[in-house]
This record gives sequence, structure tokens and C-alpha cells, in this order.
Amino acid sequence: MGTVTITIDGQELIAESGSMIIEVADTAGVSIPRFCYHKKLSVAANCRMCLVDVSNLPKAVPACATPVADGMKVLTQSPKAISAQKSIMEFLLINHPLDCPICDQGGECELQDISMGYGSDISRFTEQKRVVKDKNIGPLIETDMTRCIHCTRCVRFGTEVVGLRELGATGRGEHMEIGTFVEKSLVSELAGNVIDLCPVGALTAKPSRYKARAWELAATESISPHDCLGTNVEVHHRRGDVIRVVPRENESINEVWISDRDRFSYESLNKSKRLTQPMIKKNGDWQKCDWETALTFAADNLKAMVKNKGKESLGALVSPNSTLEELYLTQKFIRGLGCHNIDHRLRQIDFSTQHDDPFYPKIDFAIADLEDMDATLLVGANPRQEQPLLSIRLRKSTRYGRVMSIAPFELNENFRIHPQISMHSSELTTHLQGVVAALIEQQKEPISATLKDLFAETSATNDHRVIANELRINDNACVLVGQSALEHSNSGHIRWLARTISRLSGCKYGELTHGANSAGAYLAGAIPHRLTVGRDSDHCGWNTQQMLQKGLPGYFLFNTEPELDSSYRDAARVSLLKADLVVMCSPFAEGEFLEYANVLLPIAGFTETSGTFVNVEGHWQSFTAAVKAKGEARPGWKVLRVLANLCDISGFDYNSSEEIRDELRNKLDNASEAYVGHLHNPDKLEHGGESPRVLTIYDSDMLVRRSPSLQLSPQGVTNWRRDQIQELAFFEQRQVIDIKEVADA
Amino acid sequence: MTSITQNNVNEEKLKLEQLISSDSIKQIELWRKKYPSDRKRPPIIAALNIVQKENNNFLTEELMTAVADYLDVPHIAVFEVATFYSMYHLKPVGKHVISVCTNLSCMMCGSKEIVKHLENRLNIKLGETTSDKNFTLKEVECMAACAGAPMLEVGEIFHENLTTEKVDTILQDLGLRSSSNGE
Repeated sequence: MGTVTITIDGQELIAESGSMIIEVADTAGVSIPRFCYHKKLSVAANCRMCLVDVSNLPKAVPACATPVADGMKVLTQSPKAISAQKSIMEFLLINHPLDCPICDQGGECELQDISMGYGSDISRFTEQKRVVKDKNIGPLIETDMTRCIHCTRCVRFGTEVVGLRELGATGRGEHMEIGTFVEKSLVSELAGNVIDLCPVGALTAKPSRYKARAWELAATESISPHDCLGTNVEVHHRRGDVIRVVPRENESINEVWISDRDRFSYESLNKSKRLTQPMIKKNGDWQKCDWETALTFAADNLKAMVKNKGKESLGALVSPNSTLEELYLTQKFIRGLGCHNIDHRLRQIDFSTQHDDPFYPKIDFAIADLEDMDATLLVGANPRQEQPLLSIRLRKSTRYGRVMSIAPFELNENFRIHPQISMHSSELTTHLQGVVAALIEQQKEPISATLKDLFAETSATNDHRVIANELRINDNACVLVGQSALEHSNSGHIRWLARTISRLSGCKYGELTHGANSAGAYLAGAIPHRLTVGRDSDHCGWNTQQMLQKGLPGYFLFNTEPELDSSYRDAARVSLLKADLVVMCSPFAEGEFLEYANVLLPIAGFTETSGTFVNVEGHWQSFTAAVKAKGEARPGWKVLRVLANLCDISGFDYNSSEEIRDELRNKLDNASEAYVGHLHNPDKLEHGGESPRVLTIYDSDMLVRRSPSLQLSPQGVTNWRRDQIQELAFFEQRQVIDIKEVADA
Repeated sequence: MTSITQNNVNEEKLKLEQLISSDSIKQIELWRKKYPSDRKRPPIIAALNIVQKENNNFLTEELMTAVADYLDVPHIAVFEVATFYSMYHLKPVGKHVISVCTNLSCMMCGSKEIVKHLENRLNIKLGETTSDKNFTLKEVECMAACAGAPMLEVGEIFHENLTTEKVDTILQDLGLRSSSNGE
């Protein structure tokens, strides 16, 4: 593509030929009013607001749909352009209700802003304005369709970005309406983005409706705590309450989008019952107390436990959604007590190859590279449920490339997956072995004899050969291992197979880990077999499975409810109830832990603490607290600091979370990945095994389980564990929503 | 499968093959073959025509979703087509559907008078059907006969350059007795 030279308002600019006037103007900082144009969507040119004056053209032309040409002279402020824009504004306002005082968009409305510049003081339209009935499209998005100006951004978003066309324009002319035609809730897990896209107040956020005006809100940059991508968000808050969460643009991670889980999970911070004061259970009754009492109680009991029952009598479980600082301090604290039983791998079942684990689990490439992959093999991954934004990237890659899947379920993506092998989880290994066998068949270079012997008896099917061939012949190819493969009872072998596929085919490899900070947990050393930054531990502690299945006298739980978070629901219940001491650090005050815990320490939740998440690319992203924690709750790192001090463990004199991060960063800079074991060939091929039923998107952590609006959305209502978790979200109202009732509504 | 799509929200939905005759399915297949196989939306118009013809000249939500599922297009894509074109009727209609254009050219040539006259003669409002189910009066957008404005269409026949007298003749030819509501 060549370049052309054009002038906009006298400013000479060099532009790529084929680009539109509006793109060039945006890059140069020349503002042109627009409603339907959006840089991430196709050009519709239906609002006509961006009309500009181009030399030698008799009429004003839309800047969003006019390609640049060499020598083109564009005037955005000439009388012709201004008069065209003003006329369009008048047309757009004909049917707009101008109900700004009662509109949630007021103050951040593109129509409001642009009508300030181009609108007339007086309307010449004396006829009756049209009224459009509002539609109920679910618990997340509020509609006021009379305000709609038919820019169709929301429709194009569904068609082009998500690939699931739910909204459309029905009717014609003055009767045109945006909606679903048949009343139904939007099922896309990315639907909330239409709220940001809507340039008027037709689509607004239902949970934060009428809560605040845009100009009253303060914004704090943050990172979403739900999946391993590290989605960039902005937290909007007022007077100590989080009002909403919106996307923050980061082209390399989340582009301009966020998932509904990232957007609406904040609700649990205000709507569910928060733990605002430390509590101690005395004779079966929960009693509120002050911090000193609670911390002394916890420290004394932990010390006594270690002293009387042995150093390994204690087990610590910590959520992979905790910050790097919290993970680091938890392991430092537990190891300071002399104990090695610490784990964040709550959903993992197979720990047999843990010493072969990489330095930390990650993907070998940038998230943004995924959209240029020519071939992607998903192994037990369900992106729409696990990392919804990844699904957008994968979908983009299918324009030229192909996505393939081997998983114990049928994938329900909005793009073509071919071939798609779905089977019972016990056959997952068989199919991966088939792909390896196919690669050995196709490989021209010599292959080690041990590998050949291992796979001597394995046969490949046609699908296996297609997958092997695609991964082998394409330079841009990758294998991605997802949740149900990582949770599989043979996950060690499965990951070895996936790595072998990657090695033999020369494609890239990646693990889509649990939670927001699994990578950080490995680096921090919140694992039983390795210390901070991958150093070998002289003593290998118990993993999650051992801690929960074998049972321990004492537990330290940080930000997790193992009976829901782990794969060991029943064992967790039994062991925790049986334990003599359970110290629980939690932002929430309602859950099964009320039955088994002995002391509750209130910690700050999402948006309330500073910290760092390490995403799946190994990218460190730090953030600050947006609001203060509720009541007497304190950031987790501070609670851990005091607890360690009370237990007389040295090295806990931190003044800020940054100090903790920098200490870890320093250790990392002086570390070498050589500490870490490398993948060994197994003696024989494993078969069978199974993976537990994967948690659905709105059942993934403490926050989302307690977010009422997410629980009311179609995916929340159909969650297979709904009966076990619904009381958490609707605790306040003490209402148990009848699934049928919601589905019918 | 854990997630849900539009296609399995309502599991008991009938398929198009169960709702219309095999002859109609054959006709839809004929239309489908006229377009490239990766283009799924073009046959929507033809399919809706065929389905409507079989269903007493109107479409139901059930039929439209069945057509969408049959052609493997999003439901909303079919609703968009069905609501855009005035030849599709989304509720039961009378034996004769009188479609009067009220767009710009026709309006300027007196379509308001024509509508008023029709409403009086048939004793119904726009969008309504006479009680004897003989006539439906429908307001439509431009039918590309501006040169003969004002115009109306009945049974795929255009009647142009209308006057109230001409409307009376048309109604008489359609079998309207006197000026009553079919009584």
C-alpha cells in the first residue's frame, strides 16, 4: 500500500491510501463529529454526521466512508461542512426525546456533546415525535429505545465482533426499531460492550442505572480479577462506592472491550453481605471483635497448632485471583511458620508431574498474536466460558486461519471449528496421542527412538492427521491447553502430549491458566514444591488434593471458599468441618465458611486493594485501590504483615504493596529459569482418567457468585451449580429466584 | 454443553419440515441452490414467500424462527426481512389485502384522501381487517410507482392514479357490497 498526501483544514498529512478521511483526521487530532463510525466496526455511513467538505466535490461527503486520494483537500469547518452537519443534527433530533435530565447517559452522551456544537436552539419540528416501546433484553442492559438514533453500532458489534447476531433493525423508515424482535435476554458474554458503543442513552447499564452522574465519578485504573488475560479496566466510583467498571483501551490485551464478567462483578462489593469486622466463633456463635483480638487469636492458635501438632499440621489455600503481593506474603508467612503446605491450584487434580512444571505457566506469544494464527489447536479449552475476550481474537483468526479443538465437550463458539473432536474426558489422552502419532508419521526429520517406541502402537485417524498437518505446515500455529485439560486427572500427561505436539510440529504452546494470577502464584511460590521464583524447596509440601482429601488439623484460607472453588467439594467440606482451626481471610460474610471457620479476618476485595497481577503472557500489571475497603476490612497484604509480626516471623516490615512487589521483582531478576525442572518423557503412555465438570463463567470465583445481575443473566440462570450458589448472590433480599420464572420472563 | 445459544433456549420448537409441506420445502431448496452455498441469507425472502403462501397469507413467530433455523441464519436476520417488506403479514389478514402507499409522492398527490375513503368504505382503520375477513387495509412504503401516484396494490396488481371513484370501482370488483363492513 502506498501513501498519499492530503490536507485537512490546511494541515498537510501523509496517509495510507485506502484509509478513510475520518481515520486520518483522528490520527492527526482533527475532530469530526460522528455517531455511527467506530474504529473497531465496519463503516455504515448511516448517521451522516461526519459530512465534510472535499474540494472539487459538489456535495459534502461522509468522512467515514470517503477514501483519501492524493492531493485531496478536506475542510471540516467550512460553511458547507458546518451547514451540512447542522442539518444532519436537526434531522437526528427530530425524533430524539431530549429527555437528558432523566437519562443515564447525560453528561457522557455523544449526542448531547455534539448537539452542543451543532444543534439549533429551537426546533422547527412541530409534529408529533415517535415513541418506541422499550425492550427487556436481560438483567445487564437497560433499553430506552425512543432515544435510539439508529447508528447500528450495537448491531454491527454483534455481527462483526462477537459473531452472534442478537440485535437487529426491524421495520422500515420511521418504523425502524433496534431490538431482538422477540423479547429475550442477550446471551452473549460480551453483550455489555454495547453500553459503551451506544452514542446515546438507548442502551445503558442496568445495574448502575440512576446511581450516579458521569461528572460525579472518579476513575481509577485497574485490572480485572477474573481471567488470565489481565483485562484493563477503569473503576468508576463515588464517595467510596464503586458505581461501575468500564473498559480501558489496551490494544495488546483487551482492545477496547471487556467481558460482562469483568464489567458487572463489582456488584458483589455493594450488594452482597460484606465482612466489615473481624469475627471469632465462640461456642458455635459468631461474635464481632476488634482487630487486635482477632489477630492475636489467629496468631496464637496458629503458633499453638504448629507447636503442638507439628509444623506440617497446617495447610494454606489461596485463591489464584489474589494479588501477587498477597500470594507472596501468604507463602512467606506459612513457610515462616515452618510449614510447606501451600497451594493455589485449587482445581487441579493431577500433581504427578509438578516438578516438571515450567517456571510459570504461560503462553509463548502475545495475546494479540492469536488473531494472526493460521492454525490453532484448542485442547480442552472453552474460551467463551473461560476467557471470553480470547474468543474474539480466535474468531478473528478464522478469517484466514483455522481453529481446531480436542475437548471433552462440544464447543459452542461463534466461529467455525474444524475439525472438532469431542469425546468423553477419558478419551482425551487417546486423541492427543493420535495427533502425536500422526506427527511422527508425517515428520521427515529423524525422531528420537524413545519417542517412536512410545507411540509404536498408537494409530492416528484422519482428523488427527489433519490437525497434525495444519500445525506442522503453518508457521503461525499454536496449541492452547484450557481448563478441562488442566483439571483432568491425567493433566500431567496431557500437558506433556500437548508440548510434544508443539515440539514436533514446531508450533507455539500455551496454557490458559485458572484465575487472574496463576502465573503470579508460581512466581511468588504459592505452590508446595517450589519456593519463590522457582527455587527448589528442600521439603515438598502437600498440594490442594492432599490437604483436602487427607485432612489437616489446621487451615489458613485466603480469599477462597474451597468447597466451591476447588475440585474437591465433598472432601473440602468434610476436612474443613473436622479441622480444629480454620483461619479465613475473606471479603465476604456469607458462605459455607461460617460453619467451618473459627476466625474471620475481613480483607479488601477487588478495587479496594493495591496489587499486581501477572497475566498469561507474563506481563506484570500493577494497580492501586480505587475505594477504601468496607468497614474495618484491610488490604490482604496488611493483614498478612501484622499476622506474621504477631507470629514473630522476621522480614515483614513492609510499608506498601510496592515494596513487596519490588522485593519479588528483585528476586526474579536475580533468578534463573535453570532452577526449574524440564519435561521428561514418561515411561509409558497413560490412558483414561477424567476431568470434573468445568465451572461455568458466572461460577468462577467468590466475586461473580455474589453478583446478582450476572446470576440473573441467561448464563447464570442455567448454571449447573445454581442451586448450590444462588443464595450467595441473593442473600440480601433473601430471595431465591425460581429458574423457571426468570427463564419465562 | 454448558453455554446456551439462541438455538436451544426453546427445546420443544418444531422444525420447518414439521410445519410446512414437503412440496414447499422442495421449493425453498430450489431457491437455496440459486445462491453460493456460503451465502445463507439470500434465500430468506423466497422462503418467507413460500411459507406465507402456505400459511393463509401470514407469518407467525414460530414459522419465522423455523425458517431461520432451517436456513441456518440468526433469527433476527429473518425478523428483519419479514418486518422490512410490506408483502409479509405478521398477523392474520383478510382475503384481499389492500396496500396503500402513503410515502412522499403519493402523499403529495393525495393519498390521505384515498386512505380516508378506504377507511370509510370498509369501516376499518389502517392495519385492520373487516369482520367478514374479506379485506385488510395496510399502509405501505414506496412501491416504486411514483409516476402513477397515488397508488395502491391488491393481489399483486398495482392500481395507479387513484381517485375516490376509481377506488370504488376497485372495491366493487373485489366484491364489496354497499358501503358496509361486509354486513
